[in-house]
Amino acid sequence: MKKFATIALALGLLTACGANSTAPSSSAAAQEGSSAPASEPASETLSGVVNTSGSTSMESVMLALSEAFKELYPDVTINYSGTGSGAGIEAAQTGTSDIGLSSRELTEEETAAGAVSNVVAKDGVAVIVNPANGVEDLTVEQIADIFSGKITNWKDLGGEDREIAVYGREAGSGTRGAFEEIVGVVDACQLTNEYSSTGDLVGNVAGNENAIGYASLSAVDDTVKAVKVGGVACTEATVKDGSYAIQRPFVMVTREGAALSDAAQAFLDFAMSPDAAPIITVAGAVSANG
Amino acid sequence: MRLIFTVCGFIAIAFVLLISVYLILSGLPAIRQVGLFDFLLGERWDSTNKTNPAYGILPFILTSVWGTCGAILIGVPVGILTAVFLARVAPPRLAAAIRPAVDLLAGIPSVIYGLVGMMVLVPAIQDAFDLKAGDSLLAAILVLAVMILPSIIRVCETALKAVPREYAEGSLALGATSLETDFKVILPAARSGVAAAVVLGVGRAIGEAMAILMVAGNAANMPGLFRSVKFLTTAIASEMSYASVGSLQRNALYSIGLVLFVFIMFINILLNTVLKKNKE
Repeated sequence: MKKFATIALALGLLTACGANSTAPSSSAAAQEGSSAPASEPASETLSGVVNTSGSTSMESVMLALSEAFKELYPDVTINYSGTGSGAGIEAAQTGTSDIGLSSRELTEEETAAGAVSNVVAKDGVAVIVNPANGVEDLTVEQIADIFSGKITNWKDLGGEDREIAVYGREAGSGTRGAFEEIVGVVDACQLTNEYSSTGDLVGNVAGNENAIGYASLSAVDDTVKAVKVGGVACTEATVKDGSYAIQRPFVMVTREGAALSDAAQAFLDFAMSPDAAPIITVAGAVSANG
Repeated sequence: MRLIFTVCGFIAIAFVLLISVYLILSGLPAIRQVGLFDFLLGERWDSTNKTNPAYGILPFILTSVWGTCGAILIGVPVGILTAVFLARVAPPRLAAAIRPAVDLLAGIPSVIYGLVGMMVLVPAIQDAFDLKAGDSLLAAILVLAVMILPSIIRVCETALKAVPREYAEGSLALGATSLETDFKVILPAARSGVAAAVVLGVGRAIGEAMAILMVAGNAANMPGLFRSVKFLTTAIASEMSYASVGSLQRNALYSIGLVLFVFIMFINILLNTVLKKNKE
């Protein structure tokens, strides 16, 4: 038992030392931070941790933005966790995250509760089918009829005589919410299957000739075919000029009246600046401010 | 030193108690809000419907029950026959080759079962039955049947081997064929062990989530062999990440967890009774 006590004592000392040595440095960082106003040009000393959480659809945009931001400010760590838009907005409101991420517009209730919307990018929701499917062009009405179960066979849309397998995302998904709202099928979807991630859905559409689904433009690859909506192809250009009908904003949510940390403010400013536009484009979305 | 052992022993109990209390506390509010009757027997689950949400979990309960029954129906005969083969029929060398394979089957992570099911089984079912999509209760049953095989085989084999040699010798001496001996003497003598194996299989099947999440389609339909279905486990797994804290949706998911917990408790009690009988 004596041995155990010694080890415990040694461990205690070690942790105590650790705490002592880190404490001054973190308080120094805070002092530096508070002495430098956010409006000042990029200072190399900016440091800290920016916690962001929310929409899983924004993952690729967030990774690209934080990577680029890290080149400007190597001492700033940006954390991202994909918890879903609803949870992201809530995290911004409660302050558990510095910046919440939402891939839908904020509701009136949310803005009334103090959430502030900063639109950094726009994202087209592509309607995808299997590449073997002959259907190229659908109207928003036809898409609504497919997802609400009024059209059940591809032959009604100029395709082969095959039943339509309607794939969607699980309840609560930001992509699903955005899609249903824009197409006008909120609470009316008759889904054959539900998937809990974009990649899962794209993979399953790629594997089933009867399938139709939806996914963020950035997640669409060669394994599936994005149909034209009302004659307009889903591309970055058509999303940006607003001609593509099914699109949604990527929003960074902050709390009204609460000052962001300098690092978080700098990151938000960076994301909203025209400088970030090419990065957002590379990540597959369309910059709202570029 | 003895103190440490005692503390370790109590850790397990503490966790069981903690989980039970937590599940009951977080599972009850939604049941109270929705109403026990509407919650357990409601046929419609539409948790994020903005105008008319519904929280009936009968589709999930029935899917879990049917899915487990289906898996048992396929898995148990195959498992028992394999066990008889290993314990009675197979030449020792062959048995020595099969046994590690069965153990390996038990060690494969469930996500791998799901992946293979998704890539191979689901398209095969779609082609074979000319469906619009192959994700279905049938796919889930087949995956579960394979997943419960190892535990059924091993427990059965142990039970069969525990039957005294004199039984078989007596049977053979009376002129029974070896097949008659295996099925009319040895298997009945080991029946409580076989029953334990079945109950164990039920427990494994009803608690599985990952593998069936990938092959069942996950639409909240009433169960049908060729329909996309949602189990109790997959309902929690697929919706939890997006359900906002404090919402009725999230609380209802906890309640589903509570229902699942009650199912598992029931199965465990059944298993214990069977095992006790076994000893007597």
